Amino acid sequence: MSDSLCAETIRITGHNGDEVEAYVARPSGDGKRGGVVVIHHMPGYDRSTKEIARRFAELGYDVAMPNLYWRVAPGASPDDAAAAARAQGGVPDPQLVGDVAGAAAWLRSLPTSNGKVGTIGYCSGGRQAVLAGCNVDLDAAVDCYGAFVVGTPPEGFPLKVTNLVDQLPNLRAPLLGLFGNEDQHPSPEQVDELEELLKQLGKTYEFHRYDDAGHAFFSPDRPSYRVAAANDGWERIEKFFGTYLGG
Amino acid sequence: MCTYATMNTDLDGSAKGPESRWFHVTHGTVYFDHPVHALAEHTLNIDFTDPARGPGARVAVELTAQSARDLVAAIEAALASAPAEMTG
Repeated sequence: MSDSLCAETIRITGHNGDEVEAYVARPSGDGKRGGVVVIHHMPGYDRSTKEIARRFAELGYDVAMPNLYWRVAPGASPDDAAAAARAQGGVPDPQLVGDVAGAAAWLRSLPTSNGKVGTIGYCSGGRQAVLAGCNVDLDAAVDCYGAFVVGTPPEGFPLKVTNLVDQLPNLRAPLLGLFGNEDQHPSPEQVDELEELLKQLGKTYEFHRYDDAGHAFFSPDRPSYRVAAANDGWERIEKFFGTYLGG
Repeated sequence: MCTYATMNTDLDGSAKGPESRWFHVTHGTVYFDHPVHALAEHTLNIDFTDPARGPGARVAVELTAQSARDLVAAIEAALASAPAEMTG
């Protein structure tokens, strides 16, 4: 497999037919392949998440990452855009669903598409990956330590984020969950609760939990980075997407 | 985790921001969450902004929880040290 790829910033059609910015990365060659929608974390459409997008292209997938803050702060630097979006209340769930659906449609429209598209999100994006898996036609979803998939957010959260328990019956994509045992959001008990719910609902899922890892263990530019958990996690993701997005 | 919690407040003052230019600050956003730059898992973050000038009109600080508390105490002490008729 070649490691040649092309990455660029384009516009795609997102929620409500809005034109939104997206970072896309595509392997060289015209062979058929799956697609991956990368959901950026709350700190934004930043360099580290674009590196993740390019890594999936290097792994052989067409990749699209919509800029979830484009409407609020077009053209702003990622940290300024994240701050502006936060001050205005964050990304509403229906908008996230629409933007992921738009990115998935763009991926499926490519001549290289094999028709299969998955999604992955980290931190707040982990919850949003599950949300997308419940509401968008996807073939795989990966939740990396997303808080409030289950559990109740504290009172007074201005962003009005809710858990996804009532949406889990609609989960249509196999779910890979990667969690740190030292994380408190989600806590190991909440991961247990999510696993039990998925089991009761008969959903296809695969969870891996890491000792000596807390939240954000995939982030190489943060003190929370844990090389053993991150390396194993990447292997799990590669295998999971190979199973559900390949062929 | 992403805490999601965000405190918004109106402000009236000035800050020195992008390209070393001063601008009128009208708004403050305060939250305890992941930093962009500070080497800590979570920090107390403050954005001094003027939304009317766009997202780039922002002075951002990311402080450890203890240093944020120290800052609050220093602000309170500075205000208390001035004559009441000056601070309203």
